Amino acid sequence: MVAKKSYNLFWLVLLALTAVLLAVGVYLSMLWAPTAVNMPTEAERFAQRIFYFHVAAGWVGYLAFGVTAIASIAYLVKRQRRFDNLAVASAEIGVVYTAANLVSGSLWARPTWGTWWSWDDPRLTLAAIVLLVYIAYLMLRNALDEPERRARLSSIYGIVGFLSVPLSFISVRIWRTIHPAVIGTGSETSQGGFDMGGNMVTVLLYAIFAFSLMYVVLLHYRFVLEEQRERLDDLKLRALADG
Amino acid sequence: MSFLRKVLAIVWKDVRAELRTKDILSSMLVFAGLSVLIFQFAFDLRADNVRLVLPGVLWIAVTFAGVLGLNRSFILEQDRGCMEGLLLAPMDRSAIYFGKLIGNLLFIAVVELLLLPLMSVLFNVSLLSPTLVLVLALGTLGYAAVGTLFAALSINTRAREVMLPILLFPVMIPVFVAGVQAVSGLLDGDTLADIAKWIRLLLAYDGIFIAAAMILFDYVVEE
Repeated sequence: MVAKKSYNLFWLVLLALTAVLLAVGVYLSMLWAPTAVNMPTEAERFAQRIFYFHVAAGWVGYLAFGVTAIASIAYLVKRQRRFDNLAVASAEIGVVYTAANLVSGSLWARPTWGTWWSWDDPRLTLAAIVLLVYIAYLMLRNALDEPERRARLSSIYGIVGFLSVPLSFISVRIWRTIHPAVIGTGSETSQGGFDMGGNMVTVLLYAIFAFSLMYVVLLHYRFVLEEQRERLDDLKLRALADG
Repeated sequence: MSFLRKVLAIVWKDVRAELRTKDILSSMLVFAGLSVLIFQFAFDLRADNVRLVLPGVLWIAVTFAGVLGLNRSFILEQDRGCMEGLLLAPMDRSAIYFGKLIGNLLFIAVVELLLLPLMSVLFNVSLLSPTLVLVLALGTLGYAAVGTLFAALSINTRAREVMLPILLFPVMIPVFVAGVQAVSGLLDGDTLADIAKWIRLLLAYDGIFIAAAMILFDYVVEE
């Protein structure tokens, strides 16, 4: 019981630490980080600050899907439900962060590229494809009732889906390079490019660290929730069996 | 019986069943024709834009019709309780996968071979070149390889056939992009060397996913 308590305390401390780190991150990215000097308008210079949130969210998205793929392989090899619980916990977080990545990208694109969405940016297109893969993953889970079958079949999809990501990236990148750039023709700056000068790299690395920590904390709590749900289902079945 | 003969036995079984009912082929063919008709009205294909839109129309017709065939290939087995029989047969499970894959490829190929001359006539564009057939074949192989695996997977879900396109389409984006771009290039007069990057991508996709599906199919049907 003592061990359990200190274990819970550990996660609570980590949660509090993450909250503090993220709050500091808002200050760092919005006020402390240097302004992108080579952007022509005030709106673009200000919008560039979404970059820290945007990149960090995208990073967590791909990290989460990688964890889902590894947990899926682990489930098929070991056949322990906890790996499947880990896979679904990570996939749900990944969907949320990839969506956040897309929305923040759109908000940044509007003042910089003059449009909410550009099919000419391969990363944006890839994020949309990957989001659909993992929404399909969650829908597949939803359509399967029996726990063992759900774990097995969704693990298969988790692996195949992850395998498709690099090929999708290659295909949209080649596809983009043979298309004319409809918007942002001309100089680097008009496409929203900027020099990562001064403390920008520091803030970006800080944001990625803080977001990664948040991912770990969220993954832990979502995983515990899934484990408890599994136990509850088992208890229900046993109660029914006892009549 | 050798591995190949077991695979061919399953292919032959599917072909024979299909020749008796003609359910799958007829619905795929009519559906492919209908999609071409719908696209004609959607994009008003005329001489000036037909080369731009036609590759996409061809691939959409093939993939959408393909979903019908892929779904039927396992739903028939499940509905008539034949899946158990197949699984009880003394052979490696991957023989079932390859048998089903080849069967699906055959059905999609028949649709494609009728679609190509039909679209060539309707839109006055020559689609019957060996390189175009090669691109179509490579793309269809990758599509059917993943599609056969996912079809076996989705019959276990509550939604059954509704699930297949949702699972399949996001994963087959590379095939679609490469296929459409390669066909576009060929219509613009590109040679095989010009579209080599797309061919390589299709080959990589086919290799990776046939290998992955062969391993993972065992886990799909293990009950």
